[in-house]
Amino acid sequence: MTPTEYEYLRKFLKDNSGLDLSADKQYLIESRLLPLARKAGLSGIPELVQKLQAGSRQLITDVVEAMTTNETFFFRDKVPFDHFRDHIMPEIIKARAGKRSVRIWCAAGSTGQEPYSLAMCLKEMGAALTGWRVEIIATDLSQEVLEKAKAGVYSQFEVQRGLPIQMLVKYFKQTGETWQINPELRAMIQHRQLNLLHDFAQLGTFDVIFCRNVLIYFDQDTKINIFNRLARQIEPDGFLVLGAAETVVGLTDTFRPIPDRRGLYKPNDPRAAAARPALAGAAPRMAVMAGR
Amino acid sequence: MKTCLVVDDSSVVRKIARRILEGLEFEVTEAEDGSKALEICQRQLPDAVLLDWNMPVMDGFEFMGHMRRLPGGDQPKVVFCTTENNVAHIAQALSGGANEYIMKPFDKDIIADKFAEVGLIPVGQAMV
Ligand SMILES: C[S@@+](CC[C@H](N)C(=O)[O-])C[C@H]1O[C@@H](n2cnc3c(N)ncnc32)[C@H](O)[C@@H]1O
Repeated sequence: MTPTEYEYLRKFLKDNSGLDLSADKQYLIESRLLPLARKAGLSGIPELVQKLQAGSRQLITDVVEAMTTNETFFFRDKVPFDHFRDHIMPEIIKARAGKRSVRIWCAAGSTGQEPYSLAMCLKEMGAALTGWRVEIIATDLSQEVLEKAKAGVYSQFEVQRGLPIQMLVKYFKQTGETWQINPELRAMIQHRQLNLLHDFAQLGTFDVIFCRNVLIYFDQDTKINIFNRLARQIEPDGFLVLGAAETVVGLTDTFRPIPDRRGLYKPNDPRAAAARPALAGAAPRMAVMAGR
Repeated sequence: MKTCLVVDDSSVVRKIARRILEGLEFEVTEAEDGSKALEICQRQLPDAVLLDWNMPVMDGFEFMGHMRRLPGGDQPKVVFCTTENNVAHIAQALSGGANEYIMKPFDKDIIADKFAEVGLIPVGQAMV
């Protein structure tokens, strides 16, 4: 592939999915797109680029999806789910005792392990939530992973990553070599296609947003933009949960980390944030601390 | 260093498991069937047992029953690791005192995840 073709693909991916590839990721493009090109009957990457430039809709979708990393597993990193059970939900249950409803958004739910892990956590809470309206909305850019999430069918390998055996027995039904999550849990989740680069105000506001291991693929401006829009979809006393390698620190003051609870963030009062000088993108950590 | 007893009639499986477990900083002993494993446990109980089900002389399930009745035998974490991959076997193992259950084939990630699940290794270690 020529440097021009690589540059074209880089910009194409950044515009379409936010994926920010450094200048030396040719191998990644080749390993993911060559099989796709072959399947589409194209001779190679150059012809694929031509077709993209011509605006082939299906191909655009296929290329964007092929370049996403969908790796996920049940109860990934464990700690966020402990926080969810021991800290987030008890606070929400107290704060929403009148309303008796909770809305949760998995903003890059991939093949479903994350939203189903949350559903299992909620089921395990039992009586504390009887009579509550619980909504879990799982979104992802990729239609392919959404289909899998909807079906809730996992291989023997997948159900052994992060899922305690008791949960497997309790919440899954075995069919041959695969395991399907129970209809009752599947019914707890709405799956929707959504690109985080696009407007998501129509989803409404949430008490809890899990947005894990997706922003790591984006550049700084894209992250800031998404954080600022997430801040508008979260209740003032809600929670944002990020992945182990992600943070708001140095990027935005719309959220603040909760001390001693890694990965958990609270929205800042927007009026207070507006009164502070805007943060430059690469503001050093000290500036953020001083702003508070 | 924590100890793990690997019980499997296949020497190949024992070797693979040993390599993974040593990578997770376990001191590993091996047994090729349930009765040999029981002899080892009567001398000294390990912290963990990685246990196959179907073996000659004494199978894994029967071994677990005997081991659990030894003084202190409730302590070791028992992780089954078997080709028996149906709910009936899993449920039987759990009610017989197993802590976790691996369906073969397995790899390092699965062992690390399951061992972290029962507290044999810290969660972070399972993530590398
Ligand atoms: C590595 S997975 C993370 C899954 C899960 N949150 C976890 O932490 O295990 C990243 C997911 O983000 C999705 N994704 C990538 N770019 C996206 C975008 N612009 N909008 C929405 N989802 C996106 C991918 O399709 C993929 O399923």
